[in-house]
Amino acid sequence: MADKKLVGQNYTTPDLRAKVTGRSKYAEDFRAEGMLFARLLLSPFPHARIQSIDTRAALAMPGVRAILTADDVPGPKDQVSDAGVVIRANPRSEKALTNEPLYQGEPVLAVAAVDELTAVEAIEKIKIRWERLPFSVDPVASLLPGAMNARVEGNVWVRPTPVQGQPAPLPEVIDLKWTEAEVEEYKAGRLPMGKDTDPSWSYGDIEAGFKKASLILDETFVTPNTSHQCLESRTSMAYWQNGKLFIHLSTQSTVQTVMSVVRWLSIEPENVVLISEYCGGGYGSKGTGTVSDVIPALLAKKTGTPVQMRISREEEHSIGGGRPAVHGRMKVGFTKEGRITAVDMFTVVEGGPYGPGNDGNTASRFASLLFQPEAMRWRGVTAITNTPPRRAQSQPGGMQGIVLMEPVVAKAARRLGIDQVEIRKINAPAGKARFGAADARGNRTYTTSCFVKEALDKGAQIFKWDERKARNGQREGSKVRGSGVAISAYNAGSVGFDGLFVIKPDGRMYIQTGIGNLGTESFSDCQRVAAEMMGMPWEKCELTWGDTSRNLPWSCVSGGSQTTHAMTRAAHATATDAIKKLQQIAAKDLGGRPEDYVVANERVARRGGGAGMTLAHAAQRAIELGGMYDGHEVPKEINAFTKRSAAALAGQGLMGVAKDAYPRDGASVSFVAAFAEVEADVETGVYRILDYLCVADVGTVIHPASLGGQVLGRSILGIGHAIGQRWVYDQQYGVALARRFYQNKPPSILDVPAHMDWAAVELPDPETPVGARGIGEPPVAAGCCAVLNAISAAVGDEVFVRAPVTLDHIVTALEMGRPTQARLTANV
Amino acid sequence: MTVQEQTPQEPSHVSRRTFIKVVIASGAAVSASAYLFRGPTLLGQGSLPGAVERLMTLNVNGQMRRVDVMKQETLAMTLRYKLGLTGTKLGCDRSECGACTVLIDDVPHYSCSILTHTVRAKKILTIEGLETANGTLHPVQQAVVDEQGFQCAFCMSGFIMATVGFLKTNPDPTRAELAHGISGNLCRCMDYDKILRSMMRAAQYMQRTT
Repeated sequence: MADKKLVGQNYTTPDLRAKVTGRSKYAEDFRAEGMLFARLLLSPFPHARIQSIDTRAALAMPGVRAILTADDVPGPKDQVSDAGVVIRANPRSEKALTNEPLYQGEPVLAVAAVDELTAVEAIEKIKIRWERLPFSVDPVASLLPGAMNARVEGNVWVRPTPVQGQPAPLPEVIDLKWTEAEVEEYKAGRLPMGKDTDPSWSYGDIEAGFKKASLILDETFVTPNTSHQCLESRTSMAYWQNGKLFIHLSTQSTVQTVMSVVRWLSIEPENVVLISEYCGGGYGSKGTGTVSDVIPALLAKKTGTPVQMRISREEEHSIGGGRPAVHGRMKVGFTKEGRITAVDMFTVVEGGPYGPGNDGNTASRFASLLFQPEAMRWRGVTAITNTPPRRAQSQPGGMQGIVLMEPVVAKAARRLGIDQVEIRKINAPAGKARFGAADARGNRTYTTSCFVKEALDKGAQIFKWDERKARNGQREGSKVRGSGVAISAYNAGSVGFDGLFVIKPDGRMYIQTGIGNLGTESFSDCQRVAAEMMGMPWEKCELTWGDTSRNLPWSCVSGGSQTTHAMTRAAHATATDAIKKLQQIAAKDLGGRPEDYVVANERVARRGGGAGMTLAHAAQRAIELGGMYDGHEVPKEINAFTKRSAAALAGQGLMGVAKDAYPRDGASVSFVAAFAEVEADVETGVYRILDYLCVADVGTVIHPASLGGQVLGRSILGIGHAIGQRWVYDQQYGVALARRFYQNKPPSILDVPAHMDWAAVELPDPETPVGARGIGEPPVAAGCCAVLNAISAAVGDEVFVRAPVTLDHIVTALEMGRPTQARLTANV
Repeated sequence: MTVQEQTPQEPSHVSRRTFIKVVIASGAAVSASAYLFRGPTLLGQGSLPGAVERLMTLNVNGQMRRVDVMKQETLAMTLRYKLGLTGTKLGCDRSECGACTVLIDDVPHYSCSILTHTVRAKKILTIEGLETANGTLHPVQQAVVDEQGFQCAFCMSGFIMATVGFLKTNPDPTRAELAHGISGNLCRCMDYDKILRSMMRAAQYMQRTT
């Protein structure tokens, strides 16, 4: 290791100067010679079928070059995974354009013209005969007897049980309606625990657990849904040259997005050049691009001209998708000491038109992990709605599961007279904590490590929890304060990706990164591990990112908090490979055994002093030696993508290239504990968040500034869900009413506490060589629940049955003595 | 910040209402933001009564730029697509997010909601105009670099311009005053804590340099 540590230190990321000077180019900032502009025609109806399209008048307009309809879009193709498993294409999956729109705002055709005005004029001249079809924008309403379904075939997804050794069967759609008894339950404000259609799971004996309990809470709650509202809408620009597609996209990932484009267009990966050096926010919705991104590519092919498609703010509302609301019923048993004996959980997911997603299952897995119930059962239904497609949104599913569970635990602690931090520590996971379903052999998966109790202790100390909780419920005039705590967790790392760098005879280290630059800075942060191991000063490292023609290695999807874990492992493996090569070169030239040499301070030299050479000289030697040293031979286990990149860079210096093959025992999960204090006015219902703290258990800290940004930034995303963000739909016409920022406003700088803080537990993960995991996801539920729990600490338990909680909910509930929010309806 | 800046010698009095009407008349209301007029003659649009001269000179970042502007064209469109100044971002195109904030005679404005014709004879400053010719960053830019502020940074140029403008009127703000001063801008990465820290540091840097 170098004397000067890079890991754990703040530094200026290589993209920042371009960002502050306005030189950073996002997808919409590119122009190509002769470029055409595309605009979309979106469905005005929540569900309809196109009977005919008359484009004659539009095509006759001067300046109109092409019209693309669903018939021009290739169908989804089966995929073969790296392991050789066939993944069958779902014919019911989302396509770039459709003849049967399933939500208002779904793209049905696109026009390319010499300018946007002409394209818009042309769209107005297109005549479409529509057949309007029944629709539903509310999952619960569609379960009532006689209600309309969102799809012609039904309203609920079912997933047939997979057969060993065969491709996973395709999901099917059925018509599911509640029985009379279930409808009665619904009318009483409780989610019926009726027929379940998702693949359910359970462990332990829940009946025995409830028998043992001295307090059983049975709560129905609706979690909030909202759009991602990326400030940069999903624009794309494309052209074809020599049979190759050049595509500029707003996407979170770089190399992984190539694979989406390949699948959507049925072309080969080597024929795609993807450029995405900057991405103006994704939050999960631009994980590997969006299917509509390929519309300009298809129009460019049709016209032989570059085409750009800008997406407007309203279009972004529909195409960009959102987080599904989850209607949940939680029956939870507690001993009088606060230990959770049993959980019976039922979810109805508002799944949008395409899917099925996995939110119900993920919700239940993280509820089981965080509170370690002695026995648990989860059952669920994924309902289909004519609302925008559901895309992953920071902590997908996990956020909803924790939002269902946390308020129940807070209420139980108050009923049982147990401190809120204490009840969480009593139930919290530790070490190799098991969670979720048992496999066929009865084994349950477990975490690599967890230090959530340590996070709670550290947070309670920094936040001065004991002082603050003494103020709970105390009135000062019309003002009352409350403090809340919440814990949260999410998957935080994958394995098995590649790294690639070259140290050249100029003494510099040229690092290739296939990680997307979506604002997390992990594209650069992870590479600090390799630089530190190579003893290279960061100033002598040059990063290449965001353009797949520039020889990038196979990297993970830049989303789901995977990257820091996955790509620090890959960086570690790659540096290890390069060090081995340097030791061999030194031993060849200077004598002795390779293991006598160490790499430090830009040199490879004998341990304890003595003969050595600079890395610049070693790089020259690597070129002379050839073979594996300069990248002419590469390990056979690396991905084909990395092989192509390595071949292009071979012969320029000493190459480090490797796949992460380190073992890992368990699932990598990151945890947070969050604390919030609110002050509510019981006369007006207005409340403010006074203070907020989030403590993260993410293992080793790689880059404090970017970690802090993620922890607090994602916390505020969650706080937005608690204080006001939601979708609103007109149930009569099935159209969105809250499509713009002012209608569904994300928190502004004035909505967040004047004081916010974060900290890290800083205990390394034992199952990964660098000890680091990702963090983007867990703060979302923590921010949301810390605020919800603080509200109930201030104004009592009988105030809300769903989030967000607004001032009118508080003031009317206090007046009536019961919650006044709409129960069991999404999108109100 | 959406107040229309009127130029006294402006031949046509372009109110917000007229602006919206013109945008609708041009068919742009179908989408949130139709733009670009690479082939403006194609549509053969007739002049409205009181139409203005199309070829105009704009003072942008201290340079006089000649540009052909349509009457319904917003300043954001002119800057991004006619003058190539793409550091100014369009996040909403309707005065909601602030990503397009530029300074007009030292005052922050949403350039998506300013007609280009109303800013002739005014000084326009965009993110590209902050750095000096020898590559020295403006103190606000330097503060962002030093705090590693912002994440995806799509909102960044708007926030920086809003801060530059705000600090001209209040060079020594409290954290709360500064937050209020730049609350017309949204950051969806919600990096508000680092943004405020960056901008407070910027205020310090500005005091040091003046």
